[in-house]
Amino acid sequence: MICMAEKRIVYMDHSATTYTRREVLDAMIPYHTEFFGNPSSQLYSIGRVSQKALDTARAQTARALGAEPDEIYFTSGGSESDNWAIKGIARANRKKGNHIITSRIEHHAVLHACEYLEKEGFTVTYLSVDKYGLVDPAELEKVITDKTVLITIMYANNEIGTIEPIAELGAIARKHKVYFHTDAVQVIGNVPVDVKAQNIDLLSLSAHKFYGPKGVGALYIRKGTKIDNLIHGGGQERRRRAGTENVAGIVGLGKAIELATADIDGHNRHIRELRDRLMKGILEKIPHARLNGHPEKRLPGNINISFEFIEGESILIWLDDEGICASTGSACTSGSLEPSHVLLATGLPVEISHGSLRLTLGNVNTDTDVDFVLDVLPKVVSRLREMSPLYQKSGKEGGCNVQ
Amino acid sequence: MYSDKVMDHFKNPRNVGEIENPEGVGEVGNPVCGDIMKIFLKIENNIVTDAKFKTFGCGAAIASSSMATELVRGKTLEEAWEVSNKAVAEALEGLPLIKMHCSVLAEEGIHKAINDYRKKHGLPEWEEKNPHSHEHEEDLTCQH
Repeated sequence: MICMAEKRIVYMDHSATTYTRREVLDAMIPYHTEFFGNPSSQLYSIGRVSQKALDTARAQTARALGAEPDEIYFTSGGSESDNWAIKGIARANRKKGNHIITSRIEHHAVLHACEYLEKEGFTVTYLSVDKYGLVDPAELEKVITDKTVLITIMYANNEIGTIEPIAELGAIARKHKVYFHTDAVQVIGNVPVDVKAQNIDLLSLSAHKFYGPKGVGALYIRKGTKIDNLIHGGGQERRRRAGTENVAGIVGLGKAIELATADIDGHNRHIRELRDRLMKGILEKIPHARLNGHPEKRLPGNINISFEFIEGESILIWLDDEGICASTGSACTSGSLEPSHVLLATGLPVEISHGSLRLTLGNVNTDTDVDFVLDVLPKVVSRLREMSPLYQKSGKEGGCNVQ
Repeated sequence: MYSDKVMDHFKNPRNVGEIENPEGVGEVGNPVCGDIMKIFLKIENNIVTDAKFKTFGCGAAIASSSMATELVRGKTLEEAWEVSNKAVAEALEGLPLIKMHCSVLAEEGIHKAINDYRKKHGLPEWEEKNPHSHEHEEDLTCQH
């Protein structure tokens, strides 16, 4: 539980973003105030201090991933890292081929980058997923051709929390000598990552998902990888990514990743306990509700549940009224109401996708928060169902629980 | 994102429920699109004496249903027919542009309920001045 302007806030949207830890912020502040020198200004001391801070953050990040420091490149965040990996690999390896493989449940930073490359003449295969959101490694192997230059599959899904069989997918990519990129934005601090053991060639991450600041991320690029630059200009990041470094942000990323990966098991145990109790409670208390994503292979803090006969936004407004921050897979925001591409890819019917709720737990949550949501949510759902013509029609008959 | 009036009608919706043996019923929308409205009208001597609704949808859809039923109560059928989606949105102190279709749905729900009444009484149905493509029971895509 956190307090904002005296109103009690129960924050359960950690997959959207996290707060910045005090220790992280404390580490960052001197690089805004005292040590503001440009790391490229090596001829005076405060420039060298900044450079040293970057080196430290690079080493911290590399250690967390099982990589070497000179394989870490700092960026502005997950979207830039994804765009760089995909466009950079595609363009640098154009002579070898024009085929990219991804999945239907990727983040839009990946999907839209792939769609953009399609306009440049690349062919993209979008792998289907099963009802849990899992990519089938055998399916991946089948679609690789001698023109395939890149496979990009997310490590874990941001909406339904499903964790993909990354090591297996990486091994297949390696066997066929195709570059393998993974968007690991959701997994840092939640799942142990080892880029060497898991055959990952490129990996995207973003600091604000693991209690670091917003606007800073990194791309791991395995040594020897043939990749074009995305941002052109000065010679920063060993001539790979131009632009004066976000020194304070990078210091924050380094500190945050060190803290987040220091005790992944301990962190998970606590959050999983809270999550499991909340998930079980919701499914027990609310009929016609179904869990989206995999029952076990999921991020420790993730809950994604669809409630039949009601619409997601109206759930969120009521939860917000009670001070609960959550999100929905429904996008009732335009004339063409497209629910989440992820839920649809798992085969969830469109009308049920509209009533989905994502709760993502994290460091701030307590047992009291879980009790509070378990008290409020059933009332909200039943209130909305009472006014739903769909519930009136079929509510008392079998719903999605029996599927 | 929503005006205070929308929030008020969302949180304290007026006229939720059904009318037993209503003179007119109109159901519009589609579960695939994420919104369905069902409007019930009680009509005596050409006057809407009661209006109720049931709605599946977002905050704006629920608030629009609530406001539309408020606006048509006590009106003659001719007056009720003239309650436009714009009037519903204005009475709600505005809707975000992307939610305007919710007010369209409310207008269509009222129209459909009035025509249901007219049909039952052997009267010719009134024609929509601005036909919207909100009904697509067969078509499972959303094209508002």
